[in-house]
Amino acid sequence: MKLFKISALALITFISLTSCSSDDDATLVNPEEVITTLTATFTPVVNGEVVTLTSRDLDGDGPDAPVLTVSGDFITGATYNGTIEFANETVTPAEDITEEVQTEGDEHQIFFQQNGLGTFTYNDMDDNQNPIGLSFIYQAAATATTGTLTITLKHEPNKDAEGVSEGDITNAGGVSEASANFQVELVEL
Amino acid sequence: MKFYYMLLLLLVSSWCIQAQHTLSGTVQTPKNAALDGAHLHIEEWHGITTPNGDYKVSGITTGSKRVIASYVGYKTLDTIINFYGDVKFDIVLQPDVTQLQEVVLTENNIVSQSTTHKQRLKTEVIEKYSDATLGDALKEIAGVHALKTGTTIVKPVINGLHSSRVPVIANNVRLEDQQWGTEHAPNLDINTAGRITVIKGADGLQYSGDAIGGLVLVEPLKVLKDTLLGKTIVSANSNGRGGNLATSLHRGNEKGWAWNANGTFKYMGDRETPDYILSNTGNREGNFSGNIKYLGNNYDLSAYYSFYNATIGIARTTHSGNNVDLIRAINNGEPSVIQPFTHTINAPKQELQHHLAKLEYNKTINVNTSFNLQYAFQLNNRKEYDLRRGNLRTIPALDLTLVTHSAQVNWKQRRENTTLKVGFSSLLQNNDASPDTGVRPLIPNYDKIDAGAYGIISHSFSDHFSGEAGIRYDFSRIEASKFYQKSRWDNLGYGGVLNHFITGDFGTQWLTAPKFTYHNISASLGVRKKINNHFELLGNIGIAMRNPNPSELFSDGLHHSNGTIELGNLRLERERALKLSTTLLKKGTVFTFEATPFINSIQNFIYLQPTATEVTIRGSFPVYNYRQTNALLSGIDINTSWKPIQNIQHNFAFAYVHSTNTSANEPLIDMPPLNITNTVRYTVPKWYNLFLELRSEGVFTQNRYPDNNFYVDVPRDGELIPMLTDVSTPPSGYHLLHFGSGVKFALGKTQTAINLSVYNIFNTAYRDYLNRQRLYTNEAGRNIQIQIKLNY
Repeated sequence: MKLFKISALALITFISLTSCSSDDDATLVNPEEVITTLTATFTPVVNGEVVTLTSRDLDGDGPDAPVLTVSGDFITGATYNGTIEFANETVTPAEDITEEVQTEGDEHQIFFQQNGLGTFTYNDMDDNQNPIGLSFIYQAAATATTGTLTITLKHEPNKDAEGVSEGDITNAGGVSEASANFQVELVEL
Repeated sequence: MKFYYMLLLLLVSSWCIQAQHTLSGTVQTPKNAALDGAHLHIEEWHGITTPNGDYKVSGITTGSKRVIASYVGYKTLDTIINFYGDVKFDIVLQPDVTQLQEVVLTENNIVSQSTTHKQRLKTEVIEKYSDATLGDALKEIAGVHALKTGTTIVKPVINGLHSSRVPVIANNVRLEDQQWGTEHAPNLDINTAGRITVIKGADGLQYSGDAIGGLVLVEPLKVLKDTLLGKTIVSANSNGRGGNLATSLHRGNEKGWAWNANGTFKYMGDRETPDYILSNTGNREGNFSGNIKYLGNNYDLSAYYSFYNATIGIARTTHSGNNVDLIRAINNGEPSVIQPFTHTINAPKQELQHHLAKLEYNKTINVNTSFNLQYAFQLNNRKEYDLRRGNLRTIPALDLTLVTHSAQVNWKQRRENTTLKVGFSSLLQNNDASPDTGVRPLIPNYDKIDAGAYGIISHSFSDHFSGEAGIRYDFSRIEASKFYQKSRWDNLGYGGVLNHFITGDFGTQWLTAPKFTYHNISASLGVRKKINNHFELLGNIGIAMRNPNPSELFSDGLHHSNGTIELGNLRLERERALKLSTTLLKKGTVFTFEATPFINSIQNFIYLQPTATEVTIRGSFPVYNYRQTNALLSGIDINTSWKPIQNIQHNFAFAYVHSTNTSANEPLIDMPPLNITNTVRYTVPKWYNLFLELRSEGVFTQNRYPDNNFYVDVPRDGELIPMLTDVSTPPSGYHLLHFGSGVKFALGKTQTAINLSVYNIFNTAYRDYLNRQRLYTNEAGRNIQIQIKLNY
């Protein structure tokens, strides 16, 4: 009898303690920090058409691959003022992440990898006088060519490592937050 | 005058010789239980107690006589009684703690009824790892390896299996601490353990039916003596430049109130490899545990609480981005981030908290019957911080709260040579994945209900032969609530097939409520045969079933800590294992030997398989899918201990596992390579119990591994070059030499021990196949540890 009482008591305690669980439906999470869109805008210093390179991946880390677009060709020998913007388009209105990268400039750097397309020069600096890459100058090569331009945004690169502040990604380390390989063409005017 | 004296003496002595007395009474335990068969011994007179504890010894001559009362498992009473008439003497024998612990193994020289081979860690070993983890300490048992993420996240691997396949039972409660992931170590302070036992294979049916790999049992120290004990261990380490303080107080009692209290504080900074600092690998722990117990005549009631609170830094360099980052890290051979030493812990890091509260009631109905009732509450919170931008920097990327209520009743009945154990257990669990992280959670919200019942019967057929059979039924139901990206839902092939789980449409995402119900049967059968005074043979066969865990079912997304996209599978079925093992034991004072060969055949073995590369805006990532296959594991564990002369002892441990994915006819991933450990210990008792120990740890290269390598397009000179990413090839084998020494002495009333150990004497640089950081960095190098132990 005593055993029965004890078990009953235990059971009641158990049930009363566990029956108060709340409604467990998941809450929709729209990832806040995801970069879905990388836009590189090349504005010619003299005249000519603006070239825009875009990588857009609307499902973020989802299975769909990013969509790459190149608005036009570069002109051989031309100089372009370049800017890069990052956005999160999973939320409406889209969130501009460029400013965040700018504010935390010392923890971010953009790298341009290519061969024979010309030269990329950083046109901005973080608090430690190291480049960020949100603003840059692109001097197109003198001869017509095609090639791959890889643009990579690194979070927490080691900017003091050899070559990194000159734009060499080799020793940068860090985590790639956005990276895109654009097929571009340089044509003569 | 002389004559009268002589006469008197003669008279007295003759009167004494002729006078005969009787000694009678009862012999009882402190809990007033009668001791049947206790032995009474008064010089040449003897007596034995009856089943109700009474005894009577007659014919005792007059005089002062030594009386000895003894009973196996109890402290012998030794006293002097003056017999000048009949004496009534009720005796209470105190349980002998050390004896009681040995009873399991020796039990009057009759073979034990338990056919399960239990391997225990000595207190000295547990104390040695006071500043490390449970997983580190368990490595001392042959056949138990450590699956690591860095230095401080260590999971036990038993015969090649780990995580959900190796439940940890802490103080008779199954630890529910989200240990499904490889970077989720048991949330347990090793200093709360008085005893740690490993059961290899599926034989612990009273604990669980899904221990496909084995069980780890952690029990707190039990002090039966009526005393107050204290213990403090202070450790200091050169590697990590930190240490540990663990202190405990135990108030033991045979009757009435008893309590224990235990506190641990750990503080370590960055670990160092021989060549560089492992930045951001410090850790902190602040733990408490305690219990209070009331011991009545035939029952005891106790309340227990423990709190584990840890912060663990994850090596900064292992936080990889996309495949290009990964391949660069692998090919560099050195971490990309090496900063000066610091104790500070930054992101990436884990913050873990585990509360366990328990109420337990034990009742002894009579000598042969007892039962136990317990309720336990567990609350586990896991926060994982990643490298994030802006305001999100201080917000965890993963924040899971797991609440578990569990209750169980166990009944034990002994009748002559048969013992029957039956029990019932139930569990309610709720997981809450915080949406405030701003990241779609890897593990969703879910509710789980479990109920199980078991029966185990063991029988001694003779003094030399015993058998044990058990069966267990488990019911489990899990109901989750989770958002899937529509693109992912279709990509996983769920569209159309599993649409009945969908409960809501939220634009780009589906809200789903997957539900699964399982009915599992597990069973075990074992025999134990004593061949002669030295040899015993144990044989066990067990069937176990394990349900897919939430990580295997629901994982969905980018795992930042290792730069992979991990995808669960809602179509996974439960695993079914059949394990056959035998143990040959040789006992002796000079040479002991233990060999355990085993075969484990697992149907529907769940594993992560790299299947493709997925391109996102961050770049490309390897995709790992949870798949099922049939697996066969076999191997052998050998332990020997040899004491050729009084002061020297040699220990040898050998463990080998051979694993095959029989469906694909290839080896299984992450299987421990062959390892051999030799320890030589020299002791000089007269020099303050000095011991000197040299330990050689040899780990071979794992040559059996599946090839999961893949190619990644790496930009080089304006072109994308496909480069091989070698994530599969295991690192080379290694050999380490460790040194240990210590002395013990009394400092007033305090027993003091000072130990000095050097881990990895030659500061060998190596990588271990079972460490997830092996692609990025070497293991931590030499460590000098000084430990002071005070027992008071």
